Parts: sequence; C-alpha cells; structure tokens
Amino acid sequence: MSENLLEIRNLHVTYKTDDDEIFALNGVDLKVKKGETLGLVGETGAGKTTMALSIMRLLPDRVGFIKQGEILLEDMNLIKVTEADMRLMRGQDVSMIFQDPMTSLNPIHTVGHQIAEVLFLHHPNAAANEIEQKVDDMMEMVGIPSDRKAEYPHQFSGGMKQRIVIAIALACNPKLLLADEPTTALDVTIQAQVLKMMNDLKDSFNASMILITHDLGVVAQICDSVAIMYAGEIIEVGSAVDIFESESHHPYTVGLFGAIPDMTKKTRRLNPIDGLMPDPTSLPLGCRFAERCPRREDICASERPSVMQMSATHGIKCHLFKRGDERATA
Amino acid sequence: MPLLETKGLKKYFETPRGLLHAVDDVNLVINAGETLGVVGESGCGKSTLGRLILRLLEPTAGEVVFDGQNILGYDQPRMKEMRKQMQIIFQDPFSSLNPRMTVSEIIAEPIKVTRALPTQDAILERVFDLMGIVGLAERFVNTYPHELDGGRRQRIGVARALALNPRFIVCDEPVSALDVSIQAQILNLMMDLQEDMGLTYMFITHDLSVVKHISNNIAVMYLGQCVELAATDELFTQPLHPYTQGLLDAIPVPSLSAKKHFNIMKGEVTSPVDPNPGCRFAPRCPRVTPSCAEQELELRERRPGHFVSCCR
Amino acid sequence: MSETTRFNASAVIHKYKKKSQWRTIWLRLKKNRLAMFGLALFILMMTAVVTADMYYDYEEDALSQNLSNRFNDPSREHPLGTDQYGRDVMARVVYGGRISLFVGLATICVSLTAGSIIGAAAAYYGGKVDEVLMRFMDIFLAIPNTLMAITLVAALGSSLVNLILAMGISQIPRMSRIVRSSVLSIVGQEYVEAARACGTSDARIIFRHILPNAMGPILVQVTQTVARSVITISSLSFIGLGISEPTPEWGSMLSEARSQLRYHPHLAIAPGVAIVMAVMSLTLLGDGFRDALDPRLKN
Repeated sequence: MSENLLEIRNLHVTYKTDDDEIFALNGVDLKVKKGETLGLVGETGAGKTTMALSIMRLLPDRVGFIKQGEILLEDMNLIKVTEADMRLMRGQDVSMIFQDPMTSLNPIHTVGHQIAEVLFLHHPNAAANEIEQKVDDMMEMVGIPSDRKAEYPHQFSGGMKQRIVIAIALACNPKLLLADEPTTALDVTIQAQVLKMMNDLKDSFNASMILITHDLGVVAQICDSVAIMYAGEIIEVGSAVDIFESESHHPYTVGLFGAIPDMTKKTRRLNPIDGLMPDPTSLPLGCRFAERCPRREDICASERPSVMQMSATHGIKCHLFKRGDERATA
Repeated sequence: MPLLETKGLKKYFETPRGLLHAVDDVNLVINAGETLGVVGESGCGKSTLGRLILRLLEPTAGEVVFDGQNILGYDQPRMKEMRKQMQIIFQDPFSSLNPRMTVSEIIAEPIKVTRALPTQDAILERVFDLMGIVGLAERFVNTYPHELDGGRRQRIGVARALALNPRFIVCDEPVSALDVSIQAQILNLMMDLQEDMGLTYMFITHDLSVVKHISNNIAVMYLGQCVELAATDELFTQPLHPYTQGLLDAIPVPSLSAKKHFNIMKGEVTSPVDPNPGCRFAPRCPRVTPSCAEQELELRERRPGHFVSCCR
Repeated sequence: MSETTRFNASAVIHKYKKKSQWRTIWLRLKKNRLAMFGLALFILMMTAVVTADMYYDYEEDALSQNLSNRFNDPSREHPLGTDQYGRDVMARVVYGGRISLFVGLATICVSLTAGSIIGAAAAYYGGKVDEVLMRFMDIFLAIPNTLMAITLVAALGSSLVNLILAMGISQIPRMSRIVRSSVLSIVGQEYVEAARACGTSDARIIFRHILPNAMGPILVQVTQTVARSVITISSLSFIGLGISEPTPEWGSMLSEARSQLRYHPHLAIAPGVAIVMAVMSLTLLGDGFRDALDPRLKN
C-alpha cells in the first residue's frame, strides 16, 4: 500500500446544460497523503467544489459527468464503485462538510438525531445506547454540551451549527474529510475557533483532509500542502513551504498573493490580476491563464504547458519553468 | 473638517424577544475626503448604522449632522435634495441591481428620478461618462446585470452611486462577495475615485485587511456600540480594547512565519436584546473584572485621537 | 471626458442592440412544448370567437329556432349537429365562448387591478396598513368564491356587467395575496433600497422596480384566474344565475343538454369539451410562464 490515501489521475468532468457543455475539470492530478491536510485554493468557478463532488460521487445526475480519469482511494477506484457501495462509503470512508451550516442541517430533526442517523446507517446492528453514547461523545468533542442534543438546528448559532455538521462528518471515522469552504460563512473569531477544532480533530481521528477555500490566510494556518486551481486545472502544487516561501511560482499564484491587501505593509495600490477567468464552455487552446498573464510568451497561446517539477514536492504548470530555464526565478 | 457626524445615534427594533439595541449611542466623525472604516462581526449593527446615516431607516434617537446640519429634521423635499449628496454601494452585486433593467437604465435611474439632466441625450452621455469612469466597456451598455460577472456588476453599483456626484458614500461590504483578484480591482477603483473626486467614504466591512488598506480611521463595533475608534495605523499597532485585540489575533495571515498558535477568543456574539448594563463584551473578555458588569461605559480618549470604551 | 471621446451618445447606444426581455421570455417559452400547445389552443379559440361573425349569423344560427331541424346529427352543414330548438350547436359554442372568454378576461382586469394595488400597498408599507388590508381580505377569503359571486349577483341582479363585477370582486382576495407575497420577496432586495437612497417616489419604486420583478407568480395566477372564471361563469349559468336563455353560454348549454343526455349526448359534450379546452390551454400556458419568467435563468 502506498503512502497516498487519495490519488486522482487525469480527472475530466463536464456539466451538460441544454445548449452548452461546461468543462469544469480538465485533467486534474492530485495526491493526498495519509494524515495530511491539503489546501485546495482557487477563485469562483475554478472547479474546487466540482472536485469534491466528484470524489463523493455526488455530481448532479444527468448534468455532471466524469469523462475520464481515476479517483483512487487506497487503491480502490471510486469511479468504478457501484452506487450502492458508494452510499456505504460516504460517511464511512469519505465525508464532506458543506459551506453553509444554515442549510446543511435538516430543520425538523434534533441535532442529536441527525448525528445518530449517520451512525445508524453505517452500524445498523449497533445497540441504541451505544449510539447514544457515541452521539454524546461526538458533541462533547466538537465543544457542545451533550445535553443540548435534543435541540433543533435553529436554536444554535452559525458557529455551533458548523460544529454539529463537523460532528456528523466525523461520526464514522472517515479516512478522508472534504471541507468545502467550512468557515466562509462564519465571523473571524468563530472561524478561528472552528479551524482549530477541525485541525485537532483531524489529528485525533488520524484522517486526511482536503480543505477547499479561497482564503490563503486560512491555508497558511492549517495546511501541510497546497494545490492551486485555475479554470479546472491544478496549476501549482507543493508543500506549504513551497507555496508560501519558495521563490518560483506560477504567475497566477503570484497574482493571487499580490491581490490580497498586505496587513504588514502599507501600499497605496493593490495589484489585481487583469481580466477574468476564461469561459468554461470554450477554453483557450494553450495555457488557460495566458490571456491574463503578465509574463505571457508566444508559446503560451498555442501549447498547453505540462507540469514542471521544481522539487520532489513542488510542481508548476507553466512554460516559464522549463528545466534549466533561468528566466523563471527572475 | 468634519463632513459627517453622528451624535448619540440609536436604533432599537421591537422583536418578540424584547427590544433589540441594534445601534446604541454611536458617536462618530468623518472628515471630508477621508475614509472611516467600520469593522465588526455579523449582528454588530454596522449595516444598520450605514442605513441610519442615509435615513433609509429612521433612528430612534440621536442626530446625523451632514455639513453642519442635522438632516434628521429635514422634510421630504429637502431630504430628496440631500440624497444627491450621499449615496450607498451594496455588498451583493446580485441583489443590488434590478434584474429587469439594462446597465444604462440602472445607471440613469438616479438622474431621471432627480431630474438632474434635461434631455435624454444628456443623460445617455452622462451614462457613458460614468461607465468610462468605473471601467465598464461601452459594449455592456444594453446588457442585463445577470449577464455580467460579479466584478462588472459591482462596477455598475459604483457607477450608479456616482451618478449624482455625491460627496459622501456609504460602502456596505462592497467587496465581500467578490473573489480576491476582482476585489483588488474594485478597491483600487474606489481609492482612485476618492482621489479624483474628493469623495468621503464610510467603509463597512468585516474584513480587517481590506479596512486597513482603505481607511484613514477605524471604528470597531461590538453589539451595537462603538468600542474603539482610532487612526488606522494606531489601531493596528496598539489596539487597546480586548475585543479589537482578539479580532486582530483571529485574522489568518497568508504567511507561514506569522503562523499563530490560535490565540482564540472564547464564546460567540450574542444579540443585543434588552442588554444588561455595563460592558457588553464582558462575557467574552479575557481580562474581565467584577466591576465590568456595573460601570456604564463611554468612549474615552486614552491617547491623542484614540478612543476606547473599556473600564480598564 | 476629452474631446476625442465627444460622441453622440444616442448613436452609440443604438450600436449595441438591447435584447428585449420579452423576446428572451418568448424564446424560453417556445422551448416548452406543453405551453406552446396551450398557447396555440388558446389562440385558436380566441380567433374562432373573434371571427365568428364571418361564417355565422348570430341571430340566424345561434338564436332563432328552427323546429324542423331538431336534434340533427353532426353533418357538413352543422358540424356539431343541432339542439332541441334546431339551432346550430357549433355556432352556439363559438358565441358562448365569446361570453366565457370575455367575462374571464374582464374579470381578471377587475381583480388584477384591485388586487395589485391592495397587495402591493400591503407588502410595501407593511405594519398597520398590511394588517388592516390583509385581515379584510381574509374575511372575504373565508367565503367560497362561487358562493360569493352568487350572493353578489343575487343582490345586484344578473346583468353581464354585474356578473363581471361579482366575479372580479370575488377573486380580489386571492389575487392580492399572491401579489403581496410576491412583492414581499422583492421589497427587501437591495436595489429597492438603492432606489430609495436616491429619493425615488414610492409609486415609481412599486411600478418600476418591484412589480416588473414580481410578475412571474402574478402572471401564473392571472392565467389560472381566467381559467377559473370560465368555470365560474359556466357554473353560474348552469344553475341559472349567469347568462340566461336564449343567449348561448357554455354553462347554460350544458344545463339544457342534461335532459337530452341519453339520446343526444353530443349536446352536452360540445360545451363540455369547450370548457375543458379553455381551462387546459390557460393552465398549460401559466405553467410555461412560471418557468420562462425567471430572469436569472439563462435562455
């Protein structure tokens, strides 16, 4: 068995609408090691959520299609698994936390019931008191007194609801946790609480986590490695050190960092990335970022770059980094 | 020179659970040509404050002094005249634009309503003018907002706010719904406009890095009250209120060297329904003393130009 | 702006053609087969009703008795046969449609106008205005529609105008509720607040910013109300309170055909099918509108 828990190879996903085909993922390769937290960073429409939904096999029916590629979870190809088996694996092997805690809980069931439900689904033979015990444990673990389990979601604040969602996601000891912008809907002080808790829990459960976010700050705080997505591709991947401290980066990564107001420096103007993400129904021929790229060359418009390995962990999908090329680190 | 001042501004809402003190005795000053950042978490009353200043909501008590005059006493015709000078930019570029109107109709609407320009041609010319100012290409003039992306929509919102040549604009989280790269475009635009036209902003946000970038002064709000008010640099280097300190500590910084060991503020924001006397932050405060619950607090000048409402 | 960009703004704006929203709605509606079927059926009926005078003479075919031609079976001359007085059934169905569809459309004018004003005012001003108007509407809503119409007709006397008024008024509560809920969902939108921030008058806000966006559910309700009115007028005529003999009307035709049901069922089937067609076409169309009117949907 390899040290990778999850390996995605050349994943292509499209969405079909009445008159268009949207190319959401275009050849994604990704590895997640056991016990690691991977930050998946990108802007709206980069394909982050599509990636999570593909892993969960929850792409919308008759609209989203996995065109090609493999998603290997401990050497089992999730794309080939039957729907019935997949249903059992959700929660047990992979589980997901959604962005909006307000809508991801069912308003007419108590929170205790909702945690118990997932336990019962995966342990149909478990005794009722065992499940009750586990529900209490889970609630205490996410920092909510277990005597509140008979309350309904609307009786909790946003931060508390997200804690309950996390408790549900972790209840069956999943090997892989997918967190889709879990703190975007929360206030900063609550975000800090929830992030810390997620990080601690992930360690104590010995799970891996993919944290989907657009906030590089969050990534720096808790991720071990980082993948940066643009227009359905991973354009740069590396350890946290590679991304935050190395010299060479994909021009889009440079742009992302430049666009955040720097708390430590006083600058009058920010450096936004010009232009917009390409239309996912008709992607450009060459590099997808070429049109907005400040360091574009002739080759970028015609030829799609492949991944240039800067080090064992650090890969960049850009023509600037052809082996031995001096211009790159300029 | 102060352009806008609020004096003892209050807004209470009646709710089934009691009286909600959404904005409670807020005193602020904004100088002409400057930006006041208003920061706080959801439910702290910052958006309500912005709407009170524009009289989109009627305050329960207090004064809003614009250019030396209390506008709360104005009757309807005078207020209508006044509205040309103060405008608002909203957070959500989806719900802030009428989906049944084209870009040109949306930008022209304030001009038509106030009859600021006499002819259709003059209005159109002004619309193109404004589109140029906010960086919207001519070809979008007859498109509908839902055909455009978030950044362009927000530019329409900015153009509409500028249509009447206002002096003062309330910006209610204008970049929170946008992606970082687009957010930077809009922030640059707003700062350029301020320089070119001498605009005065009240910039409401929950994002401390954005507010630091754009503001001259910052007011920190907690449960309807202003707990700290200071110049931006002063606030970030020497925050005095424990809440401000906790807020600054909670920001995730995109750098490994600044990795924090999660210096986390405990508890959650409650809602200011029939609040107890004394400091509203006391239940979460790491440095709370028994006397905190008793004393009535007000902003006091601790250092020159730096006001704090804390009993310590 | 510099002098190089001095241009004729109205010339420039014409370069970029405005896509009419009605056109987009129409394109979307066109994709919905059932809705198009409903629309075609409705247009067909309207055309038949409007052009009736071109092939029938009202007095001659629909009213005057011709006792030698009683109970004819359908033939070339009388496509739907003749009734017990020897009148052409087809002619009577077509002229009956005039009454039903006219009453349906006139009713909707009454209830839509009053309902929109009441509903929009209740939602926009809220508070006490809302409370008073809506409780008042609740009282009316408690009385069944048809019963209400019967009461009004009985009180006012059964003329066509009174009939329209009675039915229109009885639909107002339902209409105003729909308008109110639909306006309520728009009133909190930020573009309404933006309009208020530049001093727009309440009337302009309601008519320019709110109602156009609240149209979807209202239009669906309009088609359904017309359909319901067709049924109501028929029921009223059926029990003898609506349009009375010898004026042709679907309900009264049905009522008369009851006695002949055993031997001449086509006398009842013809107006019956007409009612079904009218109601179905409008309902299908209404469903289509609901989907086509959402501006956020892309074509």
